[in-house]
Amino acid sequence: MSVLVYVESPKGHIKKTGNEVVSYGSRLAASLGTQCVALLIGKADDAASCGLYGASKVIHANPSSEAEFDSQSFTALISEVAQKEGADHIILSNTANGKALTGRLAIRLNAGDVTGANALPETSSGFIVSKSVFSGKAVVKYSIETPVKVISVMGNTLQPQASGSPAPVETVDMPLKATKLKVIERKTSEGIVPLPEAELVVSAGRGMKGPENWGIVEELATVLGATTSCSRPVADSGWRPHHEHVGQTGVAIRPNLYIAIGISGAIQHLAGVNNSKVMVAINKDPEAPFFKAADYGVVGDLFEVVPRLTEAIRRLKHS
Amino acid sequence: MNILVCISKTPDTTSRISFRAGDTEYNPDGITFIMNPYDEWYALVRAIELVEQNGGNVTAINVGPAANDIIIRKALAIGANDAVRIDIDPADAYVTAANIAGHARSKNYDLIMLGKETIDYNGSETGAMIAEMLDLPFVSYASALQVSGNMSTVTRDIEGGVEVCQVEGPFVLSAAKGMAEQRIPNMKGIMMAKTKPLAVEVASVQNPRVKANKYVLPPAKSGVKLISPDNMDELVRLLHEEAKVI
Ligand SMILES: Cc1cc2nc3c(=O)[nH]c(=O)nc-3n(C[C@H](O)[C@H](O)[C@H](O)COP(=O)(O)OP(=O)(O)OC[C@H]3O[C@@H](n4cnc5c(N)ncnc54)[C@H](O)[C@@H]3O)c2cc1C
Repeated sequence: MSVLVYVESPKGHIKKTGNEVVSYGSRLAASLGTQCVALLIGKADDAASCGLYGASKVIHANPSSEAEFDSQSFTALISEVAQKEGADHIILSNTANGKALTGRLAIRLNAGDVTGANALPETSSGFIVSKSVFSGKAVVKYSIETPVKVISVMGNTLQPQASGSPAPVETVDMPLKATKLKVIERKTSEGIVPLPEAELVVSAGRGMKGPENWGIVEELATVLGATTSCSRPVADSGWRPHHEHVGQTGVAIRPNLYIAIGISGAIQHLAGVNNSKVMVAINKDPEAPFFKAADYGVVGDLFEVVPRLTEAIRRLKHS
Repeated sequence: MNILVCISKTPDTTSRISFRAGDTEYNPDGITFIMNPYDEWYALVRAIELVEQNGGNVTAINVGPAANDIIIRKALAIGANDAVRIDIDPADAYVTAANIAGHARSKNYDLIMLGKETIDYNGSETGAMIAEMLDLPFVSYASALQVSGNMSTVTRDIEGGVEVCQVEGPFVLSAAKGMAEQRIPNMKGIMMAKTKPLAVEVASVQNPRVKANKYVLPPAKSGVKLISPDNMDELVRLLHEEAKVI
């Protein structure tokens, strides 16, 4: 019995979501009285750092290969490692790749699975994993009834804390199985925290009037160190890139702070953001539905309020 | 091309959510059910477009009770050629996937498509499971698909961008926004749907691997705290000292 955590290393780096799943896996391992093993596939610059977040050992497969993602070949590799290690709890990030792996691994390992867990499992009697469902309108507690369990963990479920020491790294050569799928191109924006793992998000909607006005939103985001997002009509009109679209049809996020600027707060929008810890709405319409969901609200013209907010944050940062 | 499109039934987004049997079951009473929008708008419509261009057949499949025939008929009205319903109310994604894979195993579909997730349980796992059961490639969150002979080019959403991949031969695809545009069924489609074949098959797998034990409503919000638009220092103070998020 042990916990195996698959840690993604996009572009060769372990990110916060990676540290977070290791923390999750090691806390689960502690509650089960067992060990947590981290698995990396392909280039990763600091494999041993998984130990800081609680892994007792790191298995680094094919450390010098690019290891292009393919759910089929990655599932085969992760399952092989799980079986070798006798791992019966497999933990992944609830990312695009993590989700594609979770269902496959469940089948491969005859396991029950939950995608998008929002808390550590309850293990005192049975094995209960909770997740947010119905677009954030409820939480369901699932009981996984199989001996082997696979769980993908929603971003920002817990704060990774580096308290341990670097773990021993075992490098292994396990060539990925050839498949019928080839990645030919990848286009990602550089230098910003991707939305699903962002802790601070500044989002704007149709109240902005046009793409030429986004300067004030970007300035606020820069001063805060936040990631920008937008409502669906904004992405649909091509004012902002499609990957910034949050909501039911876009990305679902769970930041600590979500600032909604000129967004009315339609139910389909809230569906993707109402798991945020704290929400601020800035809207000139006091009847805007967002004020029913928000923790803090400012009724006013965003073109005046947003620059003032940016200045106030600057003052805080300088104090 | 022969394409299998998996369609699921979900409560309409604006439905009020409630539970019964000591909060261990979702309460479907009084809820309007719809075809899962991602299955309908993106997977089904793109499949129909591909068959319109290249010839072939679109089969819609649903794992569910007879009450689901209404959404299956809608898929036929939008343009699927025929349909299959596997007669069991599936308790988890595994039961759904195993029955779809069971059906598809002997049929040699060129492509199996479904939406990126359902809007109720947001599991995003059925497609991955079907792919593993049939030992096929799986491309999730696909926002564009071009097919040329035996080769498909797929654009897939990833964190902060997209990835483009090429797949040879049959595979499973989960569709996201961008893949196609919603089609409203017309009168002719609705009439034709009534006579298109809908086969009912017996479920080959019944036992779930996970069970919903308890539903909980999220804690009610304490209500919004309004801050004067002239006092952004106060908002920043609250975010810093009270909410502790900056
Ligand atoms: C099936 C379905 C799925 C959907 N999925 C999504 C989704 O994933 N994400 C999403 O966002 N939407 C989604 N929508 C659309 C959603 O219903 C709303 O139409 C959309 O969210 C509205 O975007 P908005 O708030 O930017 O625009 P609007 O609703 O037009 O709101 C603009 C707001 O800006 C305010 N405003 C205007 N000028 C100013 C000013 N000067 N200062 C301050 N405030 C100002 C207005 O008072 C208003 O509240 C979906 C809809 C459907 C039917």
